[in-house]
Amino acid sequence: MNYNMEKDDNITQAQKAASMETIETKKLVINIKDLRKSFGDNHVLNGFNLKLHEGENLVVMGKSGSGKSVMIKCLVGLMQADSGYIEVMGQEVNTLDQDHLDALRADIGFLFQGSALYDSMTVRENLEFPMRRHKEKLGNVVDTEPLVLEALENVGLGHTMDLMPAELSGGMKRRVALARTLILKPKVILYDEPTSGLDPITAKEIIELMRTIQRKYNTSSLIITHDVDCARVISERMILLVDGINYAEGTFAQLSASTDPKVEAFFKK
Amino acid sequence: MATWQEMVNSRANTLLKGIKDFVVETGELSYFAGRFFKETLKPPFEFKELLRQCYQMGNRSLVLVGVTGFIIGLVLTLQSRPTLIEFGAVSWMPNMVGISIVREIGPVITALICAGRIASGIGAELGSMRVTEQIDAMEVSGTNPFKYLVVTRILATTLMLPLLVVFGDIIALYGSALVENLKGDVSFQLYFNTVFDALSYGDLIPATIKSFFFGFVIGLVGCYKGYYCKKGTAGVGVAANTAVVTASLLLFVVDFIAVFVSDIFYEL
Repeated sequence: MNYNMEKDDNITQAQKAASMETIETKKLVINIKDLRKSFGDNHVLNGFNLKLHEGENLVVMGKSGSGKSVMIKCLVGLMQADSGYIEVMGQEVNTLDQDHLDALRADIGFLFQGSALYDSMTVRENLEFPMRRHKEKLGNVVDTEPLVLEALENVGLGHTMDLMPAELSGGMKRRVALARTLILKPKVILYDEPTSGLDPITAKEIIELMRTIQRKYNTSSLIITHDVDCARVISERMILLVDGINYAEGTFAQLSASTDPKVEAFFKK
Repeated sequence: MATWQEMVNSRANTLLKGIKDFVVETGELSYFAGRFFKETLKPPFEFKELLRQCYQMGNRSLVLVGVTGFIIGLVLTLQSRPTLIEFGAVSWMPNMVGISIVREIGPVITALICAGRIASGIGAELGSMRVTEQIDAMEVSGTNPFKYLVVTRILATTLMLPLLVVFGDIIALYGSALVENLKGDVSFQLYFNTVFDALSYGDLIPATIKSFFFGFVIGLVGCYKGYYCKKGTAGVGVAANTAVVTASLLLFVVDFIAVFVSDIFYEL
């Protein structure tokens, strides 16, 4: 796959490196320190560290089974880490009670690998669902239709409101899922393999959408992927997750030029 | 070749593992039930979803329960008729059929049918939601999936099963009355008058109470198996299958306890 989108937007790797320096002076949105998680004898995370700044696009790359999804699930409290410190927007996730965790989750968008749309609900109901518990965040709106329509139009699917997920293609499902993550206007969006299972053209469209959304809402993005082309296009900074630790960090250009065999293995065509 | 000692050890280990798994599963199911009671009493309440589930489980089971009930009433009467004629006791037919259907056959057969239809349905639905991360998506969106998915389904089965039992009983009695009307020239009015004369509150109340427990067991087991479904599509199949088997077995255990307890009350 080669999305080749940098040329379209005239964004060079040098510009990305420059913007990275600016970003690092910004406020921390996510801070993970020494995260550890094991499943029996399988030590998935062995002291993983991560810092995500306001407005930054950070890509975490790793092989299948390297613990990327486990890390992202620990981050939103879907999984309990064995040890380590996880802070999201100034709040330590592991010490929050359910009500505070739910309130924090309203500021976090999560795009699941398989879209995870609710099969038994229409597209409209799928988008309305997250609003049930967080209406005050949206100013106690009574008529949710304009918000649903806005989110769907952001992903170019305003006409699918009354369709069932089964009637949508894989790419459309991913877009609707993206619209669902946007409905609560999150400050940070977590993408779990956003392009997996999609054809190159649809994957390119999804990446373009992610960039548009990031620009429009100024969200911070944590992108979990093993798709090198996706990482190249969207990342401002990258972390390579190997053997449960952040093995290497830097811009795409820095990492792709590395001669370390473990790093090279990710970028070999 | 394994020595007899090794064979005994292997069998003993298998048995111990089986006992351990049973104890662990019983503990987990009890914890799940405890969580259900805790979450049921805690706001916010999902009334809309509860009504939707009542409709799905109650209304959509009517045809199945009705057809089965009708055939049970029909067959029970046809099978009992020759024996009762032999003893000159055919006039006792409405009493016998009425009491046996209302006290035992109606609730148990309806519950078993619902275990097959509803418990497997819930197991498969929640299982596939778990596997496709829909339950995780609900949790991330700040909605309590246990309350939205589990509490509503268990409440719906608990509330709907007694109604389905009453419906199934009535249809079964109609089936029986039809046979009596065709074969014995007994009018429907006479048949039902005799049935209602034979029935007492002592027959109706325990049967209704145990129907609530049957409904609770069906919902609880279906939800438990689906909610903790292992990853993969194979896990969904296993969840649906074990939901039916476990629910059916537990129904008989609950039935035994219910009969035992109601027997104590009869003796008082």
